[in-house]
Amino acid sequence: MPAPKQLAERKELLAGGHRACAGCLPMTAMRQMLLTAGKDTVVGCATGCVEVVTTIYPYTAWRTPFIHNAFENSAATISGAEAAYVSLRKQGKIDKKINFVAMGGDGGTYDIGLQALSGAMERGHNMLYICYDNQAYMNTGIQRSGGTPKGTATSTTPAGKVIPGKTQFPKPLTEIMIAHDIPFVAQATPGYPKDFSDKVEKALAIDGPAFINVLTPCTRGWRFPPEQSMEYARLAVKTCFWPLYEVEYGVIKINRKPKEKLPVSKWFEGQGRFRHLFKEANKGIIDEIQAEVDRKWELLLKREELTQA
Amino acid sequence: MARRLTLTGNDAAAEAMRQIDPDVVTCFPITPQTELMHKFAEFVADGDVKAEMVLVESEHSAMSAAVGAASAGARVMTATSANGLALMWEIVYIAASNRLPIVMPVVNRALSGPINIHCDHSDTMGCRDTGWIQLYSENAQEVYDNVLQGILIAENPEVLLPVMVTFDGFIISHTVEVLDALDDKDARDWVGDYKSTYSLLNTDEPATFGPLDLQDYYFEHKRQQIEGMNNATGVIKSVGEAYGKLSGRAYGMTENYMTDDADYVVVALGSTCGTAKVVVDEMRAEGKRVGLLKIRSFRPFPHAEILAGLASAKAVGVLDRSVSFGAPGGPVHKEILAALSGTGDATVVNYLYGLGGRDISLDHIRTVFEELETLAGKTIPADEVRFIGLRG
Repeated sequence: MPAPKQLAERKELLAGGHRACAGCLPMTAMRQMLLTAGKDTVVGCATGCVEVVTTIYPYTAWRTPFIHNAFENSAATISGAEAAYVSLRKQGKIDKKINFVAMGGDGGTYDIGLQALSGAMERGHNMLYICYDNQAYMNTGIQRSGGTPKGTATSTTPAGKVIPGKTQFPKPLTEIMIAHDIPFVAQATPGYPKDFSDKVEKALAIDGPAFINVLTPCTRGWRFPPEQSMEYARLAVKTCFWPLYEVEYGVIKINRKPKEKLPVSKWFEGQGRFRHLFKEANKGIIDEIQAEVDRKWELLLKREELTQA
Repeated sequence: MARRLTLTGNDAAAEAMRQIDPDVVTCFPITPQTELMHKFAEFVADGDVKAEMVLVESEHSAMSAAVGAASAGARVMTATSANGLALMWEIVYIAASNRLPIVMPVVNRALSGPINIHCDHSDTMGCRDTGWIQLYSENAQEVYDNVLQGILIAENPEVLLPVMVTFDGFIISHTVEVLDALDDKDARDWVGDYKSTYSLLNTDEPATFGPLDLQDYYFEHKRQQIEGMNNATGVIKSVGEAYGKLSGRAYGMTENYMTDDADYVVVALGSTCGTAKVVVDEMRAEGKRVGLLKIRSFRPFPHAEILAGLASAKAVGVLDRSVSFGAPGGPVHKEILAALSGTGDATVVNYLYGLGGRDISLDHIRTVFEELETLAGKTIPADEVRFIGLRG
């Protein structure tokens, strides 16, 4: 597994000059993924920020083959490309080893693309799906998604006088993918580059489908200054809101267990989308979220113990 | 050497697909397309083909995976019907816009609702503006021939557009007919190997597929697509002629059946044309100057052939098997009117028939011809529609 320094010395496969916002962690995730995967990688991406900022014709930031098809079908599109590869390889028309990576944001994965993702994983294509989860439909203007945390103020769940942001907990997508019984599932974030890179490498080495859910803070949607993106990525892990863990053939391994588990409010502080939660009237919401984070973290610890036994 | 086979329309399409042996076939089941894919799955299971079959979880993914596979340089086919076509609609449009030469048999079935599994043309007529070439088939023989020709039309570098080969659900798909098929070697030589210009798998010369294309280029790309569709007219004809030399069955944009001196002409698509030919033969024997104009290629639209086929007509009955709600007449009628605009004074009458699989008989078509005789010379409002075989 390469060290970050070694990765940094590799040829950059994502050209500069693309149109992402300053402090955009989805783009950091792309760079880290590409440095790990290398040039013989076919990348597909759902409609969303990453596709939009990297491919405005006649320019492209991709130095690997890249395909965008539509919003809900990144997994299906790459499953087709992979099937073409399998077919042409069987016929002796192509020889080299090629990686297949499909991607989508949380909207394109938790919501509209879930069916295509589920189907592709069940069919067992040799591909990696990466969800760059920035917890709302950022490209269309910060609307709530199935991955948006409870309490979040978004354009469609504003912090109003009566309703204080999103009222539901997010869909447990990583667990849904674990339930698909595929060889490899993980959670990561570019805030911990080596951890993410190692997971990409492992996922691509495995024969069969793999899924990584990557938490990628969004300066515009989360409402924090752009230079703090990495810090917010790490705080999500330190508060156990976003545990770093991987599941290889059913065995859970937690990659990072904070010595001191920070309260979830530490992650909320400074994010404009959670500002209203600190009002006296909404204090109960933070407590409720904290209880849910605690419950899931304890459960994860137990599941790790159980599956490793 | 031709082989005489006894097959349903679905099996005829599957037989052509066996001989084409695409690199990738994507598939999701929907009646009445199902048996086509059952047959092809048997070929895969028995090792008769090398195709990689991707058994997806929806038609939307069937077309999405087809787009992915075609972008990776594979020769790709899929098949569907009605609601399946409707579900993949978004990507149907993208496949054409990305200039991917996918060939897709579409077994015509009425769109829901109410749900109905039988034939009409609402599914393919609904996506007549998606940028796909549309070849309509009269019988199982034409299904087989059109699928084989579709590959060459789609992959022609001057065209590079996907092709729908349509045939009427149950009427053709589930009816056993006798047809002549090419032997395997001739069929293989006919389709040849496919080599795409760009491929996702070419990692040494990486290309970006499906980029964001805004105000400054989208329009030019659409213009190129229009040119591709315009070029298809010549290619459909030249492929049809070449196929005639190979098989003895030449094809054009239309089949103008006894239209040269016809006073009264019926325009139709699909299996109804077989029924209409019988009526034309019967009425010709009675001394009536009647003819049939069968549209084979609805996209691109056969403008020149329509004008030639209707040159002598005093009255034209246009048979539509789908509705264009709120429009003056059905989709075929509107386009015939547009084609004839300013060319003379033939009376054009629109007939709506066969929705949801409602049968159309010899008598129905005879009645149309008899009515045309009485209507010749009269002015029929463009939005006047007559119904065939409808109660009340």
